[in-house]
Amino acid sequence: MRKPGRTLLAKIWDQHVIARMGDDTDLLHVDRHLLHDLGGSRGLLDLKSRNLSVHNPELTFATPDHAISTARGRAGTIKIGQELLAALRVETAASGIAMFDIDEPGQGIVHVIGPELGLSLPGCLIVCGDSHTCTHGGLGALAFGIGSSELTHVLATQAIIQRRPKTMRVSFEGRLPLGVTAKDLILKLIGHVGAAGGTGYAVEYAGSAIRDLPVEGRLTICNLSIELGAKMGLIAPDEKTYEYIRGRAYAPQGELWERAVTAWRELPSDPDAVFDKEVLIDVQKIIPQVTWGISPEHVIGVDGHVPDPREIADPARRAAIETALDYMGLKGGAPIAGTPVDWVFIGSCTNSRLSDLRAAAAVARGRKVAPGVRAWVVPGSETVKRDAVAEGLDRLFVDAGFEWREPGCSMCLAANGETVAPGQRSVSTSNRNFIGRQGPRARTHLASPATAAAAAISGTIADVRTMER
Amino acid sequence: MPKPFTKLTAIAAPIMRSNIDTDVIIRIERLVGNSVRGTLGKWAFGSLRYLPDGSENPDFILNREPYRQAEILVTGPNFGCGSSREGAVWSLQEMGIRAVIGSGFGDIFFANCFQNGILPIVVDKAIVDGLAAEIELTQGAGRIGVDLEEQTITSPTGQRHRFEIDPRRRAGLLEGLDEVASTLRRDDEIRAFQAADRTTRPWIHFARKSA
Repeated sequence: MRKPGRTLLAKIWDQHVIARMGDDTDLLHVDRHLLHDLGGSRGLLDLKSRNLSVHNPELTFATPDHAISTARGRAGTIKIGQELLAALRVETAASGIAMFDIDEPGQGIVHVIGPELGLSLPGCLIVCGDSHTCTHGGLGALAFGIGSSELTHVLATQAIIQRRPKTMRVSFEGRLPLGVTAKDLILKLIGHVGAAGGTGYAVEYAGSAIRDLPVEGRLTICNLSIELGAKMGLIAPDEKTYEYIRGRAYAPQGELWERAVTAWRELPSDPDAVFDKEVLIDVQKIIPQVTWGISPEHVIGVDGHVPDPREIADPARRAAIETALDYMGLKGGAPIAGTPVDWVFIGSCTNSRLSDLRAAAAVARGRKVAPGVRAWVVPGSETVKRDAVAEGLDRLFVDAGFEWREPGCSMCLAANGETVAPGQRSVSTSNRNFIGRQGPRARTHLASPATAAAAAISGTIADVRTMER
Repeated sequence: MPKPFTKLTAIAAPIMRSNIDTDVIIRIERLVGNSVRGTLGKWAFGSLRYLPDGSENPDFILNREPYRQAEILVTGPNFGCGSSREGAVWSLQEMGIRAVIGSGFGDIFFANCFQNGILPIVVDKAIVDGLAAEIELTQGAGRIGVDLEEQTITSPTGQRHRFEIDPRRRAGLLEGLDEVASTLRRDDEIRAFQAADRTTRPWIHFARKSA
C-alpha cells in the first residue's frame, strides 16, 4: 500500500526529531537560533548564572533591533537600550556567537536579516525570542517564537520540546487585483478566521496567488501568522525561493548548494496530503485592507465602514466593538476612508524590505506628505538601506517630506522610546494594532506600505487605488 | 526553576474581554532591561488598571475587593495572544496569579505559563462563562478550586468540571521540573542527532560567511 501523503510541516518536523517525548510531543533540533537586544543578553546571562555554556554558538546569531534608536547616528537611544546593546556585545563575544552590530553590514530587524543573509533556509528549524519568527516560514522553514525560558533552554541544549501542531492549509486563489498586496491578503484572512482562528495550528499558505508572490511578499504573509493565532506559518519552497537564497552570504555554496536544493525539492506537501483544516480565499474579491480597531481581526476594506455597535445583537460582541471604537476615537458606522491621521510608519519585520519601500515610493513619488502628518520610513536592515539608497529611494522619500531612518524595529512596538503620542492616529505597516502598542493611548491602523504612503500624502486614510498613475 | 503546582482554592477574577494581548498584560517598556524581574507586578494590566494620571481605575476588577486578592484569572477567549514576552507571565505571577482558566490562550503565552509554574486551564467556553457568572453572583467571595492531580475545577457552588492537560506538562508542574536540566540529561542523544545530521544536512551545520 502506498504511504499517505505528508505535509510540508510533517516533513520538516520529522527531520528534526531527536527524541519522542510521548503524546505528540518531541525534542526537536534547532538549526538556527536568532538573538536580539531585548532578550539575547538576558538568556546568555541566565545560562551563565546556571554555570552552563552555549551548546552550539555557531548556530546562534545576534543583532540589535528592538531597543536601539533609529535616528541618524543612533542618537537618543534610551539608556537601558544602550545597556542592553553593550550586554549583547559582551555576552555574544564571550560565547563565540556572531553578532551583526549597528552600522555593520548584516544588522537589521532579526526577521529581515535571517532570510537576507541566507541564514534562514528551507527545511530549517528556526527559533527566536520573538513571536514574529514565523516570518521565516516564507522560505519553507519551520520557524516560531519562544519565551525567555525556552530561549535559555535552546541556548543550553540546541533543542526544544514542542507538541506537534494541527495543520491548516489556506489557499489563496486567483490574481491580485490592482493595489492589493501580500499585506492585504493576510489581513483579509485574519478578518475571515479571527485572531484565534489559527491557534494550535501550523498554517501552510498555498494557492496560485502565493505561488505568484515574490519571496518578500511571502515573508509578509507568514509574518502575520501569529496575528491569527498560529505560532508557525509556512510556504512551500520553489524556484523563486532558491533563486532568492542563491549566493547570499551564509547560503550553502557549490556542491553543498546542489545537495541542499535537491533536499529542499522534496519538502513541499504531497498532493494527497491531508490537513486538519482547509480555508479557501478568493483573491480577486479582495481590496486594500485597513484595520479599524484594537485587534488585527478588526479589519475592513478601505472603502468600508467601521462596524456600528447598534447593529450588533450579541451583547459581548457589541461591548467589544464599543470598547474598540472608544479607544480608537471612531464613530460606529462611519466610513474608514477620510479619517484624519497624525502619523505614518513604514517599517517593521512585516513591511520594511526593499519591495515594500518601492511600493510606498511609487505612491509618494513627486507628491508631498500632507501638512500636519509625520511620516517615517525605517528600512528593515543595513542591506535594505543600502539597496534603497542605491535606487535613490531615500531622496525620493525625503523630497516628499518623509523622514528616512536607520534600521530597527522603531515604532512597531515602541520599546526604544519611538512612540506615537497619546490620542494620535497612526497608519502603520507593522503587525499589531493592540491598545498602546505604538505608545500609550496611541491609535494604530494597520495597512500595506502603499496604503500607508497614500495616507501620508492624503493626510487621511485613503484608497490607494484612486491615487494610481 | 518553577515552583510545583498541585492544588489551589482561591479568589478568582473574571476578565472576560476577548483577545487580551500580552501588550495589554504588560507594556514593553516595563520589560526593557535585564533586571526587571520582581518589578512587574504593579504594572500588570497597566492600561486597564491605572487612569492616565496614574491613579487606580476604580472600574477595573483587580482594583476592587475581594478581587485584589485573586490568585486565579477567569479569562475571555484568546487571552495572552500576541507577543512572546514571558514578562506577561512574570507580571501576573508577581501580582499573585497562579492559575488562568479560559476557552483558549495564545500558544506562546500558554507555553510560557508552564515554564513559570502557572497552570493555564482550557475548558469549554460555556464552563468559563458559568464560572464567571457564579463568581459575579457571589461578588467575588465564592472561591474556585483547582486540583491538578485530579484535573478538576470546582466552582463556587461546588460544581466540578474536569479539564484535560498534556500529561508531560502536568507532571512537570506537579514536580516543578527544571526542563533545561532534564533535557541536558539527554545530551548524548542531541549530540548523536547532530553527528548524523552533519552528514545528511551539512549545509545546516557548516554555515559560513562566503560573500
